[in-house]
Amino acid sequence: MGVALTRSAQWTTVGHGTTALEITPLNEVILKEIILFVESFLYKHAQEAKFVFEEPLRWETNVEPSAFGSGYVVSEKMVKSEEVDKNGEPLLFLSVPQIKIRSFGQLSCLLYIAKETKLKETQACLEANRDPVVKILGSDYSRTKGKDSSALSMLDKIAKDDDPEYEIKTNIAMLIEQLDRHLLSYSLRHISSELRLNPSAIKNDIELLKRYSGNGEQTVLESIDYTSEYEFSNGCRAPPWRQIYGEICYVLVKPHDAETLCITCSAEGVFLNGGKIDAEREINYERKGKIYKDLITLLSEKSATFLENMAKQENKFIEEQQEEKFEPDDAPKKEEATTKAGSEKSTLEKNKINFGRNPIGKRLEPSLNWKRTVDLKDHKSSARDTQEEKLSSRLEKARPSVALGRAQLLRKPTDKPEEIISESSSESEEDEEPPDHRQEANADLPSEYWQIQKLVKYLKGGNQTATVIALCSMRDFNLAQETCQLAIRDVGGLEVLINLLDTDEVKCKIGSLKILKEISHNPQIRRNIVDLGGLPIMVNILDSPNKNLKCLAAETIANVAKFRRARQAVRQHGGITKLVALLDCGQSSSEPPQPSLYETRDVEVARCGAQALWSCSKSYANKEAIRKAGGIPLLARLLKTSHEDMLIPVVGTLQECASEENYRAAIKAERIIENLVKNLNSENEQLQQHCAMAIYQCAEDEETRDLVRLHGGLKPLASLLNKTDNKERLAAVTGAIWKCSISKENVTKFREYKAIETLVGLLTDQPEEVLVNVVGALGECCQEYENRVIVRKCGGIQPLVNLLVGINQALLVNVTKAVGACAVEPESMMIIDRLDGVRLLWSLLKNPHPDVKASAAWALCPCIENAKDAGEMVRSFVGGLELVVNLLKSDNKEVLASVCAAITNIAKDQENLAVITDHGVVPLLSKLANTNNDKLRRHLAEAISRCCMWGRNRVAFGEHKAVAPLVRYLKSDDTNVHRATAQALYQLSEDADNCITMHENGAVKLLLDMVGSPDQDLQEAAAGCISNIRRLALATEKARYI
Amino acid sequence: MNRKKLQKLTDTLTKNCKHFNTYEVNCLVNLFYTLVGDAAERPGTVVGLDRNAFRNILHMTFGMTDDMIMDRVFRGFDKDNDGCVNIAEWINGLSLFLRGSLEEKMKYCFEVFDLNGDGFISKEEMFHMLKNSLLKQPSEEDPDEGIKDLVEITLKKMDHDHDGKLSFADYEQAVREETLLLEAFGPCLPDPKSQMEFEAQVFKDPHEFSYDM
Repeated sequence: MGVALTRSAQWTTVGHGTTALEITPLNEVILKEIILFVESFLYKHAQEAKFVFEEPLRWETNVEPSAFGSGYVVSEKMVKSEEVDKNGEPLLFLSVPQIKIRSFGQLSCLLYIAKETKLKETQACLEANRDPVVKILGSDYSRTKGKDSSALSMLDKIAKDDDPEYEIKTNIAMLIEQLDRHLLSYSLRHISSELRLNPSAIKNDIELLKRYSGNGEQTVLESIDYTSEYEFSNGCRAPPWRQIYGEICYVLVKPHDAETLCITCSAEGVFLNGGKIDAEREINYERKGKIYKDLITLLSEKSATFLENMAKQENKFIEEQQEEKFEPDDAPKKEEATTKAGSEKSTLEKNKINFGRNPIGKRLEPSLNWKRTVDLKDHKSSARDTQEEKLSSRLEKARPSVALGRAQLLRKPTDKPEEIISESSSESEEDEEPPDHRQEANADLPSEYWQIQKLVKYLKGGNQTATVIALCSMRDFNLAQETCQLAIRDVGGLEVLINLLDTDEVKCKIGSLKILKEISHNPQIRRNIVDLGGLPIMVNILDSPNKNLKCLAAETIANVAKFRRARQAVRQHGGITKLVALLDCGQSSSEPPQPSLYETRDVEVARCGAQALWSCSKSYANKEAIRKAGGIPLLARLLKTSHEDMLIPVVGTLQECASEENYRAAIKAERIIENLVKNLNSENEQLQQHCAMAIYQCAEDEETRDLVRLHGGLKPLASLLNKTDNKERLAAVTGAIWKCSISKENVTKFREYKAIETLVGLLTDQPEEVLVNVVGALGECCQEYENRVIVRKCGGIQPLVNLLVGINQALLVNVTKAVGACAVEPESMMIIDRLDGVRLLWSLLKNPHPDVKASAAWALCPCIENAKDAGEMVRSFVGGLELVVNLLKSDNKEVLASVCAAITNIAKDQENLAVITDHGVVPLLSKLANTNNDKLRRHLAEAISRCCMWGRNRVAFGEHKAVAPLVRYLKSDDTNVHRATAQALYQLSEDADNCITMHENGAVKLLLDMVGSPDQDLQEAAAGCISNIRRLALATEKARYI
Repeated sequence: MNRKKLQKLTDTLTKNCKHFNTYEVNCLVNLFYTLVGDAAERPGTVVGLDRNAFRNILHMTFGMTDDMIMDRVFRGFDKDNDGCVNIAEWINGLSLFLRGSLEEKMKYCFEVFDLNGDGFISKEEMFHMLKNSLLKQPSEEDPDEGIKDLVEITLKKMDHDHDGKLSFADYEQAVREETLLLEAFGPCLPDPKSQMEFEAQVFKDPHEFSYDM
């Protein structure tokens, strides 16, 4: 974490961008040292470990929230440390994947938690925080202050101050300084042995040497020149296809006492190459000698005069050289890296083109191999002697077209350590590996590629017999492998296979479909099949009398119809009707006793049909089409079988379709629920999952929920709840339980089966899909007293409150509902309050999603109602009341109703009522008065009646014209609205002007009817209101007579 | 031929044939005599379809085109090797053609493909049967190269014991793995479509038509 560390680490990252630390042995060692330092910090320097950083260190972590244990508040996506600074902010805050840490203590802990990944974490931290010391200690300690003096200047500064914090700061600064030194000395040892050149370094060397070259006696060289005038943007002069080997440029050097040397400067070092090839501008790139670490060393070896003159110039030269070297700018390195990648890509592309252009490449292939082997041998030997130079240079000339693909392979032997004289760092291997690997994958391709191409040729040019043989042979390839799938496509096999489907030859069609069925598992191939118009043909085959063909076509359609356009195509060509017709097959008992050749059984046909329908049923229009084609009764009939193979696609289709209202009605009518419940008891996990999913979809309907119970479906659901290994199934099961628990009778059953305890246990360590359903189910269950007690006793409230910090909207809606349900119980409310749940709920009012807002506001109502000292609690939320009042500007009815309800509860406290009045609650409520929504009307009326209790609010409501609309509420059909309205009117009627408005709007007659209501509250309020109006009338009359 | 004799013939044939019922045998017998036509009336001669007449039927009714294969099919029908298919051979042959089990068909097909009857399908035999299976491309230097390659592919696929020729065991194993290889070297069975047409035409009386035996 020290200044020097950051530098030393950088020093080794030659050739890389600023954002990543390379994985080199040196960096690894440095990182390990840092880890050691940080880990031991907590114990060695306990006091300093508590020091809070100036700024948090932030980075993206891979540590899962679940890894955190005690001392942390953990939820699905967030972790907070319990350790806080003096402002109450946590010292560690993780919101996946961002992590913020503000003390060494927490850093230490994190590394313990990270375990095996600590190296990565440290690396990520350092990469994201390039100047950690500044963040830790503040900008006074920035490294720009100078290297060695920094510690002293720090001391000076601190000495002036007696503050204990500064003392700690100094200690930390010292510790870091120590670490720095340690690391620096460590890295220096490495650096001296490892060096990679980059274009700018070489350029500097050459420029410098140029300055000291010329005809004079004292010069070091006669001349030094680049072979190429053109410099690429990355600073290299080597042609792009050589740059991929790290070669940077070539120079022609004429020393005083030797022949002209042709030298290659590459990232690995400098070496003599094969020299210029006469008459051409080509260079023989082959290495001809040792690799030297730089130009100077090479030239010193080759030329005595150079060495001699160099010694004379040395001081001057070295100085200049170093000066230039000390400007390590990252930009060119980065560029180099990217162009490297770019040129690799282009090489690969070129390779591809080569394949395409040599369709008769069968003959090319052996020769290619031959060259490869010869070259490898040649290269090996040339590393030791130059005897075969001529041969190799001839070869070099002869291979311009294939050089690209082959050239990379050439590289391989040089990577073997025994053949490289200069040390090869692991770095360079790392660099070369990905392209090599890809090259290998590419090099593998030909054998299968050519064979498949040959087979496709026979498919194209053969009669039925040859075609069948070729098709059967093609199936022997591993068609599940992408190489083969794409090879078939790339040689034009897909077109042929699809064309075969259009012929009359049953055997060819079968063979072709068998292949298409396999390769259509590949998403790219699916698209190609659709693009080539394969689907209409396959849909036509569904009409074939041959059952085997039908099956294969349906199975292929099932694979292809995994994306929207394909499903649409199936429908538009009448495929859905035909697929539904396939379902009918399994029913006829008059199966011929002797199934003819190439035929399969009817059940199989129906299964394949269901499989295809399952894929298709993911589109809305297809669901409709299946229903219209009469698919539901057929599916219902197939559901009675006991073959799992059949049941899975059938239930899968039903589950997919059950998202539609029409289907749910039909599923009820066809008595499908019974069979779904039956299959919940199956052994097959997938089947269980789809059945639970279908129940989940259907159980929105009350009758269906009852059916599930009557057929005994609740018990298997409850017992499946204990099997948590398969998360998809668990999500489906919890979903089904959620929807079923909307019915009270079901909840009672679930309680019997101890499902509620299990649900509480599932509140932690589950994926979000499961959590949404679990919390939803708990929310429903907690509507009942007994269950609320169970949830509290099982410790369910804490995890629920923890979930309030999530971001998943569906989850938040359910969590708020569940927390709200729990808050009805004063005892639970205490726990919620202690966990700061109300604050969390309140902050959810800021959530952008209206459903969450509304749900949070609803949940707040029981909280405020049941909290001790509710008024004080509400006031403690800074800006909370203003937030609530402003929500009255929302245009979502549910939000408005919920906020009115919350305001009703808030306004029970006089002081709070005064505050919200100041925030303008009266005009906002008045504005809402003109509504037809009964739910909103009820809560609005309640809120108005509560708000009347303060100051001149009664008058203000009248002024804002809220009274007349309220009177109209009395004409609603909802008694709840009546009661709330009557109470509001009663409150408002305390003001004379309001009485007049009410009277004018015919309130008296309506209220008179209400007085006769069996509802006592309503009676009372209505009577009170009438009496106020009446009293006013009397007073006016009296006034007139006086 | 008189009615009584015909009845008796039908009965014996039905007894010996496992795939047809009396009605079907009756229909096929009638068809046979219609096809043989006048020849049946002349006493002393062998009653049956000669090679040409039979090949004609294969071509017209079952859509076969390959001369050599048709020849082999004729030999497959003509069990007694007397150069003509008599009534019993006709019924038995068609029984296999239309209703044969996979085992029966494999045996039959293998015999058809084993040109010299030595119990093996050799490379040469394969080459012979496949030689017309590829379009001749003028660009090819050696027009037979493709065929040779095809033979190699087939061997690779079917020759499980790697002895360079197909025994019945090889053939059977390959066909059981992939039914499509039943007629690997040329169509020697009626294709499903013409088979259906043929059956519909011959057994057309709907009242007595039944699959049950």
